[in-house]
Amino acid sequence: MGFLINGLGRKTLSKTLSGIIGSGVVLGSFLISLYVFFSVKGGNTHVAHYFDFINTANLKIGFDFQVDQLSAIFLLIITGVGFLIHVYSTSYMHEEDNKDFAKYFAYLNLFVFSMLLLVLGANYVIMFIGWEGVGLCSYLLIGYWFKNTNYTNAAKKAFIMNRIGDLGFLLAVFWLFSKLHTSDFHTVFAGIAQLSKTDIIGITILLFVGATGKSAQIPLYTWLPDAMAGPTPVSALIHAATMVTAGIYMIARSNVLYSSEAAEITRLIISIIGLATALLAASIAIKQNDIKKVLAYSTVSQLGFMFLALGCGNYTAAVFHVMTHAFFKALLFLGSGSVIHAMGGEQDITKMGGLNKYMRITQLTFLIGCLAIAGCPPFSGFFSKDAILMSAFEHNKVFYVLALFAAMMTAYYMFRIYFLTFNGKFRGNQEQEHHLHESPAAMTMPLIVLAILAIIGGFVGVPHILGGHNEIAAFLQPVIPVHENAVPISSTTEYGLMIGTTVLMFVAALFAYVQNRNFVAKENTGLGKVLENKWYIDELYDTIIIKPVQSLASFLNNVVEKKGIDGFVNGMGKAVNYGSRQVRLLQSGHVGVYVLLMVIGILILFIVQMFL
Amino acid sequence: MQQLGLRFPELLIWSPLIAGLLCFILKNDKNSKAIALVSSLITLVISSASLFYANNKQLSGLEEGYVWMKYIGASFNIGLDGMGHILTFLTAFSFPVIFIATYKTSYKDSFAFYGLMLLAQAGLMGVFTALDALVFYFFWELALIPVYFLSSRWGGEKRIQATFKFFVYTFAGSLLMLIGIIYLYLQTPATAYSEHSFAINAFYSIHFNLTFVQQYWLFWLFFIAFAIKMPVFPFHTWQPDAYEQSPTAVTMVLSGIMVKMGVYAILRWLVPVFPAAMDKYNMLIAALAIFGMIYASIIAIKQDDLKRLVAYSSIAHIGLMCAAIFASGQIAVQGVMIQMFSHGINIIGLWIVIELIERQTGVRKISQLGGIAHKAPVLTIMLVIIALANIALPLTNAFVGEFMMFNGLFKFNIWLAAVAGISIILAAVYTLNMVQKVFYGETNAVTESIKEIAWNEKLALGVLVIAIFFVGVYPQPLFNLTKDVVLMITGNKN
Repeated sequence: MGFLINGLGRKTLSKTLSGIIGSGVVLGSFLISLYVFFSVKGGNTHVAHYFDFINTANLKIGFDFQVDQLSAIFLLIITGVGFLIHVYSTSYMHEEDNKDFAKYFAYLNLFVFSMLLLVLGANYVIMFIGWEGVGLCSYLLIGYWFKNTNYTNAAKKAFIMNRIGDLGFLLAVFWLFSKLHTSDFHTVFAGIAQLSKTDIIGITILLFVGATGKSAQIPLYTWLPDAMAGPTPVSALIHAATMVTAGIYMIARSNVLYSSEAAEITRLIISIIGLATALLAASIAIKQNDIKKVLAYSTVSQLGFMFLALGCGNYTAAVFHVMTHAFFKALLFLGSGSVIHAMGGEQDITKMGGLNKYMRITQLTFLIGCLAIAGCPPFSGFFSKDAILMSAFEHNKVFYVLALFAAMMTAYYMFRIYFLTFNGKFRGNQEQEHHLHESPAAMTMPLIVLAILAIIGGFVGVPHILGGHNEIAAFLQPVIPVHENAVPISSTTEYGLMIGTTVLMFVAALFAYVQNRNFVAKENTGLGKVLENKWYIDELYDTIIIKPVQSLASFLNNVVEKKGIDGFVNGMGKAVNYGSRQVRLLQSGHVGVYVLLMVIGILILFIVQMFL
Repeated sequence: MQQLGLRFPELLIWSPLIAGLLCFILKNDKNSKAIALVSSLITLVISSASLFYANNKQLSGLEEGYVWMKYIGASFNIGLDGMGHILTFLTAFSFPVIFIATYKTSYKDSFAFYGLMLLAQAGLMGVFTALDALVFYFFWELALIPVYFLSSRWGGEKRIQATFKFFVYTFAGSLLMLIGIIYLYLQTPATAYSEHSFAINAFYSIHFNLTFVQQYWLFWLFFIAFAIKMPVFPFHTWQPDAYEQSPTAVTMVLSGIMVKMGVYAILRWLVPVFPAAMDKYNMLIAALAIFGMIYASIIAIKQDDLKRLVAYSSIAHIGLMCAAIFASGQIAVQGVMIQMFSHGINIIGLWIVIELIERQTGVRKISQLGGIAHKAPVLTIMLVIIALANIALPLTNAFVGEFMMFNGLFKFNIWLAAVAGISIILAAVYTLNMVQKVFYGETNAVTESIKEIAWNEKLALGVLVIAIFFVGVYPQPLFNLTKDVVLMITGNKN
């Protein structure tokens, strides 16, 4: 069974000549994933061993794959949403010429392949292979339009930021090897008792560093907004279905490590980073005018929520939010793609407006996406976000209040772009207005499917209090044991919180409407300007990291290397040169010196021989 | 069959040697190119065949070869074990690739050029098979001398200066090594024919006769000689100049294979010979190597010349290998074995691409190039794969080696491994920078004329790319080949 997935995954590597093949294989993978999903529903885990990747000394790493409930959910998300994005791309990218079109789909398939490798790997090394593979594909896809230097810069930035995280991951893997001599999940989790407290803290923190790179958390988040340079479906694929959720998957997968007593400090760090990221990114999103940038920052912010859930030990809520987020964020990105397509490449929302008249389907589905992400009941985002907020509430009231604030900002900025884009008067130029049209079916169909999912996706995780069964938690139980709440919250409190949250969301959305009803572009000042410039974080990194490294490099190259070491050697060289000039009376040139010394050497040998 | 197995090392040396001499005898510019290619292919066949007779057991199992200088205890004793197999195969594999890739380049007096190249190959084969210190020294020099001539005659503008620097460095190294060999020789016990012996086994048991102090200073004699060849910081400054100024075919030999002489020599002639000194200095040298690695990586960021960039990147990679050797665990040394092979493949690939660009545009400055991806997509794909292998992306060959070396380093010392890990990031910075500036962006006047690669280059690069993926996905055959020799070098240390 695992072999089939692998076989198909591998097939996606082949250079596809058309989008049909590209989408077809992913569809195939999706169907198999469905089959897998139902076969593991009973609580089975399948491990398939292919061949030894590395087997030497006491290092044994197999090419092993593992399918269980957690990977099954991710499989469905990756292949399902991935398939829709492939279909969408066939239309979105139709202006590319044949060769580039094929290249695009090859990259896209490779991306899905790497992602599958990541979630199917049965040990950390295979996971790491997928992990880096995903990073590579995002590099290739972001820099897909490689003529533009800004785009390739963004691609490079994404890869390097990811690499910083990868180093953390890699060190954690080495740490595991040095203590347990294995990286197989089941052996590691079974052998957790052999690890000291320091080991666990070290390993969990290093793994988390890896996750901050891939899942765009502070301090390594800045690549993600820049990654918007890629084609819009790629943004949807990277931000919604796949790459960014890798960090969540990894930590959820390692939940045994993170749940242990010793890792308490790590959990705290994760919560704080997650929360801080959620707030920071949400605040930046408020003042961005590029539709894709807003969505990018909202992704960073939502990922922050997921990490908050992980830090609170509620892995199920995080996975649940990954799933619903995949639906509505893919929907929003593809919707924005549809808008950008209609606007002839324009991404600035201050130049849009009134698009509801021209593109009804896009508008409606986008609205559904906004409602879902804002957490309006009964859309999917409500249930998953609520689960996260609840666990924050149980854990720490301060976290809860801050998270709620971030969630309000989410509602605000999402409706801000919604109103600016679809309501009011059109603010673009004549030519664009003439060009406005609804997108073709290949683009709207995925939108509709995703919209339906964004509406109903939350029903798998309806909490008990609302009469649901929280099926996702039950499904995941073999992988993620359910922890009983230390202090159960009374149902009145829970109801109260839910209603309160919902009301606050509406207030925020309404505020967005009132403020943007009659939009007039004006200069930002004060805090607004700081937000518009993303808290100047990029500039800060530039000043404290990039510039010093550059000048250190110049210094080493020009001073130490040329004057220091080379100066010394050249001095020696001159001395030898001088010597050789003397010796040249007997022999000619450098080679002569060489031969002479060789002869002397042999003479020494003979002399030595004679005396001994 | 055993007998046949023992003939392989000899054949590996004779085949390029005879062909090389043939070039000089015929003095025919036209034929020499063909002779070189054919002979290198024959060598490759011999080497491949030898893999089937791989006797990867202990070195000591080999029989005496010819007695060379009986009365001083030197015999022409050569043999192959796992490490020898890997490196002779790398040598045998690289030369045809180099010849094919540079088939369209024409050299003045090409008979001499190809003759010297083949002599260098013979020397390399000798170095990797020698089981006698004097024979080893002899071949060490035989490999280097042709390179001096090649660089000084067919090199770039500043070739004399660069070759001179190269010469001073390596010659100083050789001299130190010679002194060391003679000193050790005098400590060896008598054999049937002579009072002392150059045989490797005699050298391996010599530490029983040495005081610690003797081991310590002898260790440095040998280490400096090998460190210059590798090269390890601070003995490296000859390398960027030599790479920059040598004709690219020679640079490929220098960087792809010859630097492995240093690594190989440390593993074969240093680590097992001075165990006490190893224990004393391993930390110092590993730290030095890692410092050099970071140092070279940072400098690489600033390089504008493609050749110098690759040179510094190579110094960084070699630094890691050196550190891994002195971390002296099985996993680390096993990683070094794989990496010696992988590094050779990758760097030759990079040189082929650089040679191509330079031949068509006459420019090697990163800042003057750009947009090659439009004009030569196949070349770009190949380059991107090789460049990614160079930064050790998983499923490429270098990942396996680096993963194991870092793993071994981590066991040796966590902080060293963490610091060394920074180079992973730096490598991504300089490599992607190069890819972006040279291949992406808009074309300019310089790159406008560049053409897609021809069949011979496609073939050469294609073979390399296949090797990259093969070793990257299924490295197990290489592990099996080198398992025993790794065990012998490291003892039972993990």
